[in-house]
Amino acid sequence: MIRMENVHKAFGPNRVLQGMNLEVPRGTSMVIIGGSGTGKSVALKCVLGLIKPDSGKIYVDGKDAADTSDRDAFLARFGMLFQGGALFDSLPVWQNVAFRLLRGSLKRPQAEAREIAIEKLRRVGLKPDVADRFPAELSGGMQKRVGLARAIAAEPEIIFFDEPTTGLDPIMAGVINELIREIVTEMGATAMTITHDMTSVRAIADNVAMLHGGVIQWTGPVAQMDDSGDPYLDQFIHGRAEGPIEAVR
Amino acid sequence: MSPLALLARLGRLVLSVLASFGRVTLFALDAVSHILRPPYYPRELAVALLNIGWLSLPVVGLTAIFTGGALALQIYAGGARFNAEAVVPQIVAIGMVRELGPVLVGLMIAARVTSSIAAEIATMKVTEQIDALVTLSTHPMKYLTAPRVLAALITVPLLVGIGDIIGIMGGYTVAVQNLGFNAAAYLQNTVDFLETRDVVSSLVKGAVFGVIAAVMGCYYGMNSGRGAQGVGRATKGSVEAAAVLILAANFVLTGVFFSI
Repeated sequence: MIRMENVHKAFGPNRVLQGMNLEVPRGTSMVIIGGSGTGKSVALKCVLGLIKPDSGKIYVDGKDAADTSDRDAFLARFGMLFQGGALFDSLPVWQNVAFRLLRGSLKRPQAEAREIAIEKLRRVGLKPDVADRFPAELSGGMQKRVGLARAIAAEPEIIFFDEPTTGLDPIMAGVINELIREIVTEMGATAMTITHDMTSVRAIADNVAMLHGGVIQWTGPVAQMDDSGDPYLDQFIHGRAEGPIEAVR
Repeated sequence: MSPLALLARLGRLVLSVLASFGRVTLFALDAVSHILRPPYYPRELAVALLNIGWLSLPVVGLTAIFTGGALALQIYAGGARFNAEAVVPQIVAIGMVRELGPVLVGLMIAARVTSSIAAEIATMKVTEQIDALVTLSTHPMKYLTAPRVLAALITVPLLVGIGDIIGIMGGYTVAVQNLGFNAAAYLQNTVDFLETRDVVSSLVKGAVFGVIAAVMGCYYGMNSGRGAQGVGRATKGSVEAAAVLILAANFVLTGVFFSI
């Protein structure tokens, strides 16, 4: 389980998180929605330790995420799909996917790591011949799939998806949504996704949290999202310019 | 502006320069500590050795040969003013080995290697590849900085040594082909005149300049701003800083090795 308690983070005068509280039960899929610049990515990065919160606590299965005594073991539990893929340009696709399996505590023999990479690529719908290509030779949709294969390669317990469908055509976005749902279900992983895409929310989420003004404005099961009665959430999910959220930020 | 405000501004400038120097020093020490502690990344080191060492050979060779040739012509023309044309082999040797070889190789490495390291790492930062490394349990200093600094420490002295030899051969070619020097006598004079201290100073300078070039590239890359402008600024800043620091270090090292 992931628990964020009263997390604050500011960048200079810009107070991004102003007391964020959130619980993600083990084995569930939480989707965080909210406008651009509301701190969704910052929240994910705080959990991973990529950004240090100014105050507040974050616990992963009861363990303080700020405890850096065994960072490798802590990070080995996570997989992350970055918004732009964040694939390493200098490495072929299979080495990107098997990155964690080629070094560090999870190191395997190269042939075995390659085999796992090809199997993960197949799992996300890519043919084995993609394995030896470089990221720059792939389309945006293929890069997202490779990023997804990398995120799941070491079979993590917790997977983060940062805007998984941004920049993709609607059909490819649907394919990625389906893949995420299938993978999370079959791996039994805990998932946290941030997105603006309401189709993604409905396809991926068990629970939804809306981040606005640096705090969680509303949270609940996805089935209750449409009848929440929360004016902020209503405005956001229906994409209305009029409402409590200022359209020009 | 009042004198007090001017003094305050000067104070802020001095503090900011000292703070930058402190940050770079801590970064360099951190890089060294990661070179010494496992895990090691031999593949990354091999790629860095290839990029920094082997692929810099053409530009180093061309720079050295033209500089050596020009040096021979200049010394011959200058020496002729007081009937000292015969000193060409000695001055080319000492000039190349003590100063021009290390400094020009250092500056070429700053132009070629520092810029490429800074641009590559800054682009990785902008595209979240550095964050991705962390989430994959890989320390960016260990994976990106340590192999590059170590590779520069190993290869730049070798490049300087090769540059010294090529520069001397450039002077030799011009002297023998155009200025009527005897080939065997030229080489003998060169070998007789050079001291061990000259060669050692050249190689030590190469090692120091290599470390400066790699550290500045990595430092500016890791601390780059956002977007294309951030990458551009990091690249420009890294080359400027590396070039100035190399010239300053050259002055200090020359003082250490040759001040009487």
